[in-house]
Amino acid sequence: MNSGNVILWILGGLLPLCAIAFFLTRNRMTHREVAGLEVFSRPGYYGWLSVIYIAAPAIFVALCFSALGLLHLYQTPLPMFTVGILTAAALGLAASVRLINPEKNARLLVEKWARGLMIFAAGISIMTTIGILLSVLFESIRFFQSVPLWEFITGTRWEADTAFLAGAGRGEEGAAKPHFGAVPIFAGTFMITAIAMLVAIPIGLFSAIYLSEYAPKKVRATVKPMLEVLAGIPTVVYGFFAAITISPLVVQAAHAVGLEADYTNALAPGLVMGVMIIPFISSLSEDVIHAVPQAMRDGSLAMGIGKAETIRHVVLPAAMPGIIAASLLGMSRAIGETMIVVMAAGLRPNLTANPLEGMTTVTVKIVESLTGDQQFDSLLTLSAFALGLVLLFITLALNVISTLVIYRFKKQFALV
Amino acid sequence: MNETFKLDENLLRKRYRAEKRFHAYGIIAIGLALAFILFFFIDVLSKGIPGFQTVQVQVEVDYSQVVADGNYRRVVQKDLVHIASRGWMRTVPMQLRNHPEMIGTKETIWVPAAFRVNQYIKGNEGHGLEQKYQALADELYKQGTIRKAIDWHFFTRGDSKLPEIAGVGASLVGSLVVMFITMILAVPIGVVTAVYLEEFSPDNMLTRTVEVNINNLAAIPSILFGLLGLAIFINFFGVPRSSALAGGMTLALMTLPIIIISTRAALRSVPNSIREGAFGVGASGLQVVWHHVLPLALPGILTGSIIGLAQALGETAPLLIVGMMAFIPEAPLSIYQASTVLPAQIYTWSSDSIRAFGELTAAGVIVLLTIMLMLNGLAIWLRQHTSRTW
Repeated sequence: MNSGNVILWILGGLLPLCAIAFFLTRNRMTHREVAGLEVFSRPGYYGWLSVIYIAAPAIFVALCFSALGLLHLYQTPLPMFTVGILTAAALGLAASVRLINPEKNARLLVEKWARGLMIFAAGISIMTTIGILLSVLFESIRFFQSVPLWEFITGTRWEADTAFLAGAGRGEEGAAKPHFGAVPIFAGTFMITAIAMLVAIPIGLFSAIYLSEYAPKKVRATVKPMLEVLAGIPTVVYGFFAAITISPLVVQAAHAVGLEADYTNALAPGLVMGVMIIPFISSLSEDVIHAVPQAMRDGSLAMGIGKAETIRHVVLPAAMPGIIAASLLGMSRAIGETMIVVMAAGLRPNLTANPLEGMTTVTVKIVESLTGDQQFDSLLTLSAFALGLVLLFITLALNVISTLVIYRFKKQFALV
Repeated sequence: MNETFKLDENLLRKRYRAEKRFHAYGIIAIGLALAFILFFFIDVLSKGIPGFQTVQVQVEVDYSQVVADGNYRRVVQKDLVHIASRGWMRTVPMQLRNHPEMIGTKETIWVPAAFRVNQYIKGNEGHGLEQKYQALADELYKQGTIRKAIDWHFFTRGDSKLPEIAGVGASLVGSLVVMFITMILAVPIGVVTAVYLEEFSPDNMLTRTVEVNINNLAAIPSILFGLLGLAIFINFFGVPRSSALAGGMTLALMTLPIIIISTRAALRSVPNSIREGAFGVGASGLQVVWHHVLPLALPGILTGSIIGLAQALGETAPLLIVGMMAFIPEAPLSIYQASTVLPAQIYTWSSDSIRAFGELTAAGVIVLLTIMLMLNGLAIWLRQHTSRTW
């Protein structure tokens, strides 16, 4: 009996039990109702109540066994696990037959459970955040126990390869000490992000201005969905495109003007990432430009000021907080983007200001150190979590700032 | 007041020019974006379509005892050993073991050609076919015993180290299984959360925290969900690495905020008069939502869920972290088995140095893009055909 079968056994036992209980109880109450006898709630609620009577103890037992296993207190054998759960369910069925009677306020009870279920579901999203935070935090703390935080933030040498030997239990082989100075990695990330923003902000912003202020309705209705196609293309496809098509083009173009360029240059992933972010910037900017009150435009136009001048001097300054927020959100996307850089950017940390050279990013290093055959607690693996912590911190900060800026913008025009 | 207003013609002309320029910037920006889309699709299609085409060679197959014993190279004529696919030849002894009655028979069939021949016949550079086989391949092609054909098996075969017999079948099945797990986890939890936040939750600190938290989750880079999956699901709960279950649960958490946000929008678009009407005839809170609000919001919820799932389908980064990028030639038989998904398959092919994998990568990209466009098209169709104005 393997773990796959257990789920089948449990579901195969529980679901019919629940169905039987539901229909038995509901029919019992329906018969009473048809016979003209008093029933407190609608019959369906009694049915659901009986399902709760069965499912709740079964789930409770399953959780208890699982918790024991996870805490390494007692590894429940799979047959016992199954039998335990089904026994609990059977007891629940017996209880439901005995305890559910027409005087019970079944609706109230069921709604209480339903509300509990909803709160539980809402809690999962909180648990996810906590989970992400804890998973990167714990491993990062272990990492910083052997690598000083200061060296990580300010060091300019990232030579983690020798950490692999220690990870493989061969730390004594006289290899050089690994270095974990993350500055070249951050520099690469910001270089590629900057290139992406140089593409995305002008194109996205001018598209938004054109679509919301100039474009006829028909043009808008066709162009907007086409721009959104850009947001729907999977990032692995963008990565493929950047690596196979754009990188060689960049190298050829560089040669044409007499420059040297690596095939893993930062320009190609930066450009493609910029294109990917255009729809984010354009749709968010369009929303804020649209939210600027028409009266402001009318007032400006009535003074004899041209349309473009109105946009430049009245609409854009008013919408500026929202545009900044949109750009920050776009930036946080660019920093966290993985596949494009994994496929098109380099692996070697490189501290340079030349975008034609290969450089690497935080996300590339995370993927690189976690996809090899590493022992989980090798320093190299842990370094991925430390980089993940930095990534989480930066993207959260950008997101919070942009949320606050948008909130203030909306407040300014009394939109909230 | 004898001073008359004098129009500065020069300034006016300058201002008009600036007006026109500003208008042009907008058109240029849109034009650039659309030009990129055009270039992108033409490029991907031109690279990928040859990948759907295979080169086959007609061979006289000799199912002899020697072949059944494992010497698979003897299955074809000696001169064709380097023309026919080694991957196909290797499968013959196994086939004979399963069907012993075939031993001793002969037949003439079309089999896939070796990938070097494949690339040579297609005229690609870097095919790597040796000089002496080039002449042979040319002659066979002229005779008609080497032909190009559409490769339907591309959709049914699994991954292979040999590009001529590699396909997207296993990864398509993997994607389907992962999507199914993601769907049954993310959609109910997301919808129930949204219903709670929109219809039931009291307006207090806790609720606001949950709301802010969901918006932040939507902006967290997907790769961090991969770290969560690795640290919590795989290392703590002991879910098997590379399994569809680990991938599906990770993607479910990633899709959850998207579904919650779109469901809330759909619930908000149901007018309050519906709720008030239902409350007025004595329905309880849950009855109002279950019987009246949810059915009316269903099209919006479906649209949002499809878009969220489409995004999860194209996602790669978190799945690389939970290990779904290994060489996995077979489709998974259970959710605990190692499996791969289409985007991860594209990634593994793209990092292979054999030239023929480049074509396969692009072909895989076309398959993925087609599925994505179909899903998004379905969502748009749903939105247009079910949206109603109140």
